[in-house]
Formats: sequence, C-alpha cells, structure tokens
Amino acid sequence: MKELLLGNAAVARGAYEAGVRYVSSYPGTPSTEITERISGYPESEVYCEWAPNEKVAAESAIGASIAGARAMTCCKHVGLNVMADPIFTASYTGVNGGLVICVADDPGMHSSQNEQDSRHYARAAKMPALEPSDSEECLEFTKLAFDLSEQYDVPVMLRLTTRVAHSQSLAETAERLDKPLLPYEKDMRKYVMMPANAIRRHTVVEERTSRLEEAAERLSCNVIEDNHSKIGVICSGINYCYAKEAFEDGVNYLKLGLVWPVSPKLITRFASICETVYVLEELDPFIESICRSYGVSVHGKDIFPMTGEYSSAMLKERILHESADVLQPEEDLPPRPPALCPGCPHRGVFHVLKKMKLTVSGDIGCYTLGALPPLSALDTTICMGASISAAHGMAKVRGDEWKGKLVSVIGDSTFMHSGITGLSDIVYNRGANTVIILDNSTTGMTGHQDNPLTGKTIRGHATRQADLEILCKGIGIDRVTVVDPFDLNALEAALKKELTVDEPSVIIAQRPCALLKTVIHRGHCTVGDNCIRCGKCLTIGCPAISRHDGITEIDETLCNGCGLCAQVCPVNAIRKEDEQ
Amino acid sequence: MKQTNVLIVGVGGQGTLLASRVLGRAALMCGNDVKISEVHGMSQRGGSVITYVKYGSKVYSPLIDPGCADYILAFELLEAYRALPYLNASAGRIIASSQRIDPMSVITGSASYPDDIVQKIGPSRITLLNALDLAKKAGNVKSVNSVLLGAFAKHSEIPFEIWTEALSQTVPQKTKDVNLSAFMAGFMESNPIS
Ligand code: SF4
Ligand code: SF4
Repeated sequence: MKELLLGNAAVARGAYEAGVRYVSSYPGTPSTEITERISGYPESEVYCEWAPNEKVAAESAIGASIAGARAMTCCKHVGLNVMADPIFTASYTGVNGGLVICVADDPGMHSSQNEQDSRHYARAAKMPALEPSDSEECLEFTKLAFDLSEQYDVPVMLRLTTRVAHSQSLAETAERLDKPLLPYEKDMRKYVMMPANAIRRHTVVEERTSRLEEAAERLSCNVIEDNHSKIGVICSGINYCYAKEAFEDGVNYLKLGLVWPVSPKLITRFASICETVYVLEELDPFIESICRSYGVSVHGKDIFPMTGEYSSAMLKERILHESADVLQPEEDLPPRPPALCPGCPHRGVFHVLKKMKLTVSGDIGCYTLGALPPLSALDTTICMGASISAAHGMAKVRGDEWKGKLVSVIGDSTFMHSGITGLSDIVYNRGANTVIILDNSTTGMTGHQDNPLTGKTIRGHATRQADLEILCKGIGIDRVTVVDPFDLNALEAALKKELTVDEPSVIIAQRPCALLKTVIHRGHCTVGDNCIRCGKCLTIGCPAISRHDGITEIDETLCNGCGLCAQVCPVNAIRKEDEQ
Repeated sequence: MKQTNVLIVGVGGQGTLLASRVLGRAALMCGNDVKISEVHGMSQRGGSVITYVKYGSKVYSPLIDPGCADYILAFELLEAYRALPYLNASAGRIIASSQRIDPMSVITGSASYPDDIVQKIGPSRITLLNALDLAKKAGNVKSVNSVLLGAFAKHSEIPFEIWTEALSQTVPQKTKDVNLSAFMAGFMESNPIS
C-alpha cells in the first residue's frame, strides 16, 4: 500500500521492514523523528532508546550488531562528529548483524550551528554511503543499507538532508522481514582492534572498498536516464528532485543512490553520452572532485554556491538562464527569527544575566535563543557541552580580571550529553567557575524528548532518574544551589553569592518547559491603567507583550500567565487576570 | 490533474503543520501525487515558518520556487507579505488571516510593522479573513487553521465531502467538531474583509 510518509518516518519504516532489532540515538534536528517513529513499533520486535549522546548511541548499536542483531543509530550531522570515534573503528571490525548509521545534514542551517557535509565521513571512515531523494527511496535505501552492510561486512551510512528528512511523499510499505539474531562467534582478530589485528583489518577494509567501487557500477540504486540530450547532470538526494522539476526529461541524468564509493566506469560511461556535464550537489564539491580525479571534466562549484540550499529555480537560472516573474515587497520587512516561548523558564535567567552584565558561555538548545535581542545575553555558542569547558579556558587565561563576571549556561539534556566531563575538568584542574544548569525536564528544541534526568524512557516506561545534585557533588562540586528561575530575586541573589566564592559552583535553575503537557497554565496577565509606559516589560523579550501607539498590551492568545513581566514592572501595573 | 502549489506560511506554533497535513490528505484522497515539505526545529519557536504542499498527477520537488505558488495560505499578515515573492505573479491568490503578531524587532522598537500590507500586496490578489474571530466563534482560537482551509476549499477543485473527511481524519478526535465548524465558518465567509 502507498502511504504519504515523512522522509524520517520512511527511514523508520524501512528499518522496521528490514528486521531492525536495536535503535539507539540522541535527538537532533532534522533526524529526531526517525527514532521517535521507531518507538511506535512493537517493543517485542524492536528495542529503541534515547542515549545520553551520539557516541554512546553508536557504540551500543555496534554492540548490538556484533551480538547478531540488525542495528541502527540516527543523528544530525554534528552528532556524527560526536560518534566519529567508534564508527571509524567499527569500519575496521565490520559487522555481524547489519549496521546502519543514519545521518541527516542541514544545508541552509534551518536548525544547526554549522553546515558540514557528512559525505566526507563516509570516505574518511571508508564506509559506503547511500543518499535517498524522497520517502520511497528513504524506505528502500534503508533496507538496501542493511543488506549491503551484511553483504560487505561494513557499517553503511544513510545520508539525508533536511528537505528529504522533513518532506512527505508517497512510499510503498511492506511486511517486516523476520530476521532472527545471527549466531555470535568469538573472533578476536575481527573484534579486538589492537595494532596487530587492526593492521590486518586495514587491508581487508581497502579490499572491501575496491569491491564496493566495482559493484557500484551495477547497483540498481545508481541509474542513468539517457534522454538523448547534450546536457548531462550527475545528482543525488534532493537535487535529483530539483533537477527533474527544472528539466523534466530534457537532460540526461546520472542519479547516484550510492554517493561513496563512486564507480569510475559509471562516471566515464555517462560523460561519454553528454557534451556538458554538471554535478548538482549542495555544500562541498564531493562528487565533483571525484569526477575530476577520474579525468572527467564537469561543471559544479564554478557556477553553483558552496553555501546553503539549491532549488529548481536556481538550476533553471544557472543552466538554462530562465527565471519566473517574481513580485517583491516594497520595503525591507522586519525579520522574524525564533524566540523563547511565552512562559519559557529560561527567560528569567537571561534577564538576570543581562542585568548583571556577565560574560555568558552558552550551549546548544532552545536557550541559544537567549543570544538574540532584547535579551542579548549569550557571548558564545560552539557545540554541545562547550559552555562549561570553554568557560574553563576563558577563566584560566583571564584570571582575576574575569573573576565573578563569567558564567556558563547549559540545559539538562545537554549537560548529560557532554557537560559532565567539562565540569570534571574544572574541579580536577582547580577552577572556580559557576555553571547554571537550566533544568527544564526535557530536551526542548528537538521537540521534547526524554533524557536520563526525566525519569522516563522513549517508550514512556518509568526509570531511575539521575540526580543532578548528587551527580555534581560526586564529581567534586561542593556548592550546588537549586533555584526557581521564575523567582528573579532569588536567582540574582544565588548568582551574586556563587560568583564571589573561590571554588566551582553549580546553580540548578529548575522549572519545566512551558510546552510540556504536564505543565498546566492558569489564566493570563493584563496591563492595568497605572502603566507608566516605561517599556521595562518589553525588555524581557516575551512574544506575548507588544506596544502599539505607546500602549503596552498582552496578547491573551499567547500569554500563559507566567508572571515574569509582572516582576519587572516597577509600578505593579501587570496583574494576573484572575487576581483582578 | 494539473499541478497545484500551495504555500502555507505563519508564525511557529500557529498550527501551519496541521493545515498542510489536512490538505495533503485531501489531495491524496483525490488520487493525486502529493509532496509536502515541513519545517521542524528551531523556527517552530515563534519564527517565520513555511510549509509547501504540491499535488497533481506527478510532483517532482517538494519545494515551491519563487513565482510559482498558486495559493498562499497565510496565518499572519506580515508573513503573507513576506511570502509575496513565491506567489504566481499573474494568477496567484493569497488567503490570509488578518491577525497581526509583532516580531521581536517590532516589540523592542528596532523595526516597525509595515502599514497597509493589503494595499501593497494588491487587494485583487488577496482574500482577507478575520480568522481568529471566526475560530473563537467556532469554539477554539486554535482552529484558525481549519478556518483558512475552509476559505481555501472554495477555490480548490477538491470536493467538499473530501475536505471534511480529510479534516476529520487528521485533527485530534476530541477537537473534530470544533474544527469542522471552524472549517464551515471559513467556507461560508461570504463577505471577507478585502
Ligand atoms: S505573563 Fe508576561 S512574561 Fe509570562 S507569558 Fe504572559 S506576557 Fe509573557
Ligand atoms: S513595565 Fe509596567 S509600567 Fe513599564 S511599560 Fe510595562 S507594564 Fe507599563
């Protein structure tokens, strides 16, 4: 039956149909829904979990594969960096049950801190990479990935991009394949990667790559469409869809389903039927440089950008020099970047940090939005966990000059992901930083997933909840304070105190995310007649508060009555509706 | 069937995703090929969001190019204006809610909300509804998406029964009745503010 499926849902379906038994991931846009969808399949058929980070997720999937199960881990591109260590060596050990590493890149950076091209990892780790164009292929290629993995004894990368992961199209679903566990045999020459064994395995890896390159010529996922045109395009993933939309059957296509390794014979054969060949690929000239290395001359980044996304309009314009009539607004429009939600518990923290004029080492999550005006509270955001470790480096080089003026801000899920080691570094190396853990009981930005601090698994089972206070104390933080971020005075007092002490400290700002279903909102706030129009309430950056013709208003459809604005109003003009 | 391109724009959190799923399902029930491109992640936190819905006998790309949208369903007026470059310049139509939500730059006073948006877009290109009010009257402010779908339904080739069927199947069961009356309110709105 054909169903309208999100690309990510189709990957989940493909894995399910391929008989996957183990999926472990850490959430990351645009990959999150794959693992979420997996959790919709029966527990008796597939085990799935949120791991504390991608490295742990990948290692556990590697273990499941060695133990004989078909296994998968899913991540966003920057998550692949975190799991790089285990997968480079898993490429040497190879697999037992099929192992698929699904990575979703984010060209255009809809929800990411960089725009890296994960295909480089496939080549660097010497694992084949498949790239689907739509949901149908997401489903088919996921199954193919498991088959190739077992056939060539190699982990297989499935590379998606945002537009494939987050587009819905029709896909044919089928029954699940019954894949019992494969027998496990102890084999230290294959699975114990000490030098003597790894030296032998490296030769196996190189031979395997040659065989894959050879096979790529005939793989059914690599297709030549000869439309008897002088123009040929080599493309994969979403760019095939853009090209089809732009050119239909007016050009020849080499559609690569396997984007690494690439068959030299296939490239030369395709080039021989075209006069001009274009390589259509977002981000880096990956296929383009492979073509050149095979002695085939192609156009690519000489006419297309290295940054951002492509579109069919861009292909039409740059290859056919055609463009549509486009209407333009008469003026520059005010941009609408995302903002912390009304009632967000992070807002109070950033309000206080800004007021105290602190240097704030930030991290990855909803709270990265604290960098934007009017809060403008963050100084840095690099990667998961860097808020703590980067602040350690800052404190060491700036010494007394920055003493009492520097703070780290990290979310609960991010802290469990990779904040703990940074904190341990501070304690071990006699630092005295203050770290605020924004404990909102969820992984907010990616759409509210559970984590080791929430007491629930991905399937909603109750589980032992990690205790942040004891955890911090255990690694040597003696000063741990818990405050409610809605209590601005208490928060400021706690910060003032902790910033002056000569030892490391942690402030846990505890209050659940405003969007959690368990959080019940009562009423909303309104602005009374005694408003003196000072504009203080507008500085907290709540989307529900606005000012028209000097009059401050609260939009009752957006406000959830958190009361933060009332705390900053100097004349108590803001009241909760039900109090008036 | 001829290909129809519908852009759905609004502010993250307004329910644009649900509207695209209802439309996608309705188009599918008519035997079309359908592609929908959604936005997840950061911009859902109150940023500008765009969802693309395309249907016809064969749809290649899930995205809509500038100048190629047959319809734009806009949940917010500034977002309608921002999406103008996507509209088919000669034959496209915008169906917009008159709701205004100030972006942060306007709230903080560093930018101002454009005046006379309807005039600037061109009144003949736009159908304007007080969708928020109609949604409230239908019983829930959150049913704005159904109001806009109702207003769009009048222009689309998709039969009325298919719309109500698709809507009933897509929205959460306990909100079904409210959404159906919101859809009717949008469909019946004979005197839109334009
Ligand atoms: S109470 Fe004030 S700060 Fe809180 S959501 Fe409402 S308007 Fe925003
Ligand atoms: S902070 Fe209070 S007095 Fe100042 S503008 Fe806002 S509501 Fe009015």
